[in-house]
Amino acid sequence: MSIWEYANPKKFMATTAPVLPWLFALAALAMGVGLVWGFFLTPDDFRQGSTVKIIYLHVPSALMAINAWFMMLVASLIWLVRRHHVSALAARAAAPVGMVMTLIALFTGAVWGQPMWGTWWAWDPRLTSFLILLLFYLGYIALWEAIEDPDTAADLTSVLCIVGSVFAVLSRYAVNFWNQGLHQGASLSLDKEENVADVFYIPLLVCIAAFVLLFIALVIQRTHTEIRLRRIRALEGRAQHAGRVEA
Amino acid sequence: MIPDLGKYAVSVLSAYGVSILLLVALVAMSARRAASARARLSRVEARVEDRKDG
Amino acid sequence: MKALLIRDLRLGLRAGGGFGLGLAFFLIVVVLVPFGVGPEAAVLTRIAPGILWVAALLAALLSLDRIFALDFEDGSLALLATSPLPLEAAAVVKALAHWITTGLPLTLAAPGLGFLLNLAPDAYFYLLASLALGTPALSIIGTFGAALTVGLRRGGLLLSLLVLPLYIPTLIFGAEAVRRGADGLATATPMVMLAGITAGAFALLPFASAAALRVNLR
Repeated sequence: MSIWEYANPKKFMATTAPVLPWLFALAALAMGVGLVWGFFLTPDDFRQGSTVKIIYLHVPSALMAINAWFMMLVASLIWLVRRHHVSALAARAAAPVGMVMTLIALFTGAVWGQPMWGTWWAWDPRLTSFLILLLFYLGYIALWEAIEDPDTAADLTSVLCIVGSVFAVLSRYAVNFWNQGLHQGASLSLDKEENVADVFYIPLLVCIAAFVLLFIALVIQRTHTEIRLRRIRALEGRAQHAGRVEA
Repeated sequence: MIPDLGKYAVSVLSAYGVSILLLVALVAMSARRAASARARLSRVEARVEDRKDG
Repeated sequence: MKALLIRDLRLGLRAGGGFGLGLAFFLIVVVLVPFGVGPEAAVLTRIAPGILWVAALLAALLSLDRIFALDFEDGSLALLATSPLPLEAAAVVKALAHWITTGLPLTLAAPGLGFLLNLAPDAYFYLLASLALGTPALSIIGTFGAALTVGLRRGGLLLSLLVLPLYIPTLIFGAEAVRRGADGLATATPMVMLAGITAGAFALLPFASAAALRVNLR
């Protein structure tokens, strides 16, 4: 049995529909446990004080912001090569979720840095890269909205996603260069990869899991919606045509 | 109940507040869209069935 | 290929072709800046490289939607797609035509406007060089954006939204090259990156542009 069987919209919906409520429930549970644990039960950091608690929102959302785009890239490639509509619709479905993740990452990142930088926004390389990613999400969503024919929209947005991915990576290096000079290493940026002590680490993992589950659940739900909308369009188109033929 | 957040209280609480708000808004909007699509689809499918029978 | 290039150049250079418009816009934006930030010479010198680059970038943006729009509307783009010339080559030619009618004049005009912003004397060479290296990238990236949006009636604004984020790396390295030149620092890294982006863009984006055109011509 190959995974491509699920490319059939009906089969996709039939398979994922029963799983969906469990995914949401699990995501909510993990989110609750993770955030409550992180917020109430962890100590303050020596340097950052209580702002370290922001890590439980910033790191997972930042991870998902990037992974969402990556998932869109894979889905776009699958669409271009194998023409599976579920893939194209899944990419479309994931974009707003990724965009919200990016917004959360930006807001929490800026707030987290405020005590250290003294301003509500600093053009830190990491934050700036996420700002650029936000622009890419906006452009991608805008292109989907602008084009009437669904297959044309799927094709063009897929190409945009691929080109955008290349430029996103390029921009990351350019922004690092722009802020610090290449190979100099960031002195001001929030070092998320600093070795996080165990007491912080486990609730962080739970929160990351929560965000991943939430992302998957939302994308599946939104893909269902896109599939239904597509079916509505097809049925209404056929009805119009039949009406014209009858009359 | 809320731990002593010290001088960073506003920062931390606003970070949590805005993030949770955004997540709730996203889930709510997705759910609403899903429900409305499902309702529309059943209406359109019902109409197609009627036309087939009638 | 040459015939297409000459045809597009002729179209771009005649009245209404947008040739002078880009230059005029460049001038206007540069003139506007001191009104916005104040006439203090030291401030202007500091921001001149960035302003000149941003203004040139925006001016290049202006004429992007014309790259394919006219041909699309009158059907010549469809003819081009069926001609023996591969669509990828046509995209390169279109980008080149855009550069010759827009990017190149902007590059040559930039030093003239640099003095309005009190650009440091050492920076002039790097201004010319970085724009010469970078504006072709702006043209080919813009061509890709134009190919994506050619079918849309009011695609201009969407085109800007799609293309401007793609311009950011070129802008970063271009402006940085001029700034470093102004301060007498080594400019090799940004210049090399700039050349790399332009070369890479010309190697890859024609394929993406052709794919987008084919989709829009269906």
